[in-house]
Amino acid sequence: MAMLHIVNKSPFERNALKSCLAHALSGDAVLLIEDAVIGVVSGSTLVTELQQAMNGNAVKLYALSPDLAARGVKAERVLEGIQLVDYAGFVDLTVANEKTQSWL
Amino acid sequence: MAKKFLYLNRKAPYGTVYALESLEVVLIAAAFEQEVSLAFLDDGVYQIAKGQTPKAVGMKNFSPTYNALGDYGITKLYVERESLVERGLTEDDLMPIVYEDEDDDYTEKPSVQVISRTEMAKIMAEQDVTFSF
Repeated sequence: MAMLHIVNKSPFERNALKSCLAHALSGDAVLLIEDAVIGVVSGSTLVTELQQAMNGNAVKLYALSPDLAARGVKAERVLEGIQLVDYAGFVDLTVANEKTQSWL
Repeated sequence: MAKKFLYLNRKAPYGTVYALESLEVVLIAAAFEQEVSLAFLDDGVYQIAKGQTPKAVGMKNFSPTYNALGDYGITKLYVERESLVERGLTEDDLMPIVYEDEDDDYTEKPSVQVISRTEMAKIMAEQDVTFSF
């Protein structure tokens, strides 16, 4: 009964990602798109929180690669453990998870 | 007398239209020969990030336009260091934007100045008019 959570707002500007991670259950997937993708850069102040979600809570984290490219973030700058997906991968995630919830 | 105008940029590009709108207003304002500065802080630092490639999200890459600001007499682009650090970025992640100094034999000089939060506060306090984006 896994859920796909989608976050599209910058985690430096809004608390959507924080709230999402506080509610995501073990086995759920969290996909960051649009301005939310800038949260996955290694070395940022969000690293501990993201690692806790992945390692402590077994939540799978994804980021949409076209949105990272738009903002000039290269794949090698993405925090280890976060998987990059393209639009086809986005569709696959919606299929693989029974439900989808957006955190606007 | 020329007034000091500051354009305050705090949002990442492409997710919202603020960055593009700010740039367009800056280019219009350049025609009025005021003393213009641009500030990039918080997520706004991403507006002048290197290597922006928004083709796959179906948007136009407007970042090369920042390189033209020098030709309009806009030579002060202030970037807040703390905002870079919080986001895992360094000055090397920013576009090397330059201008030609007409008072110095048209030597190319950097427009981007990475400054501290304290210095940014002082620059804000010095302005006559601030436009927020």
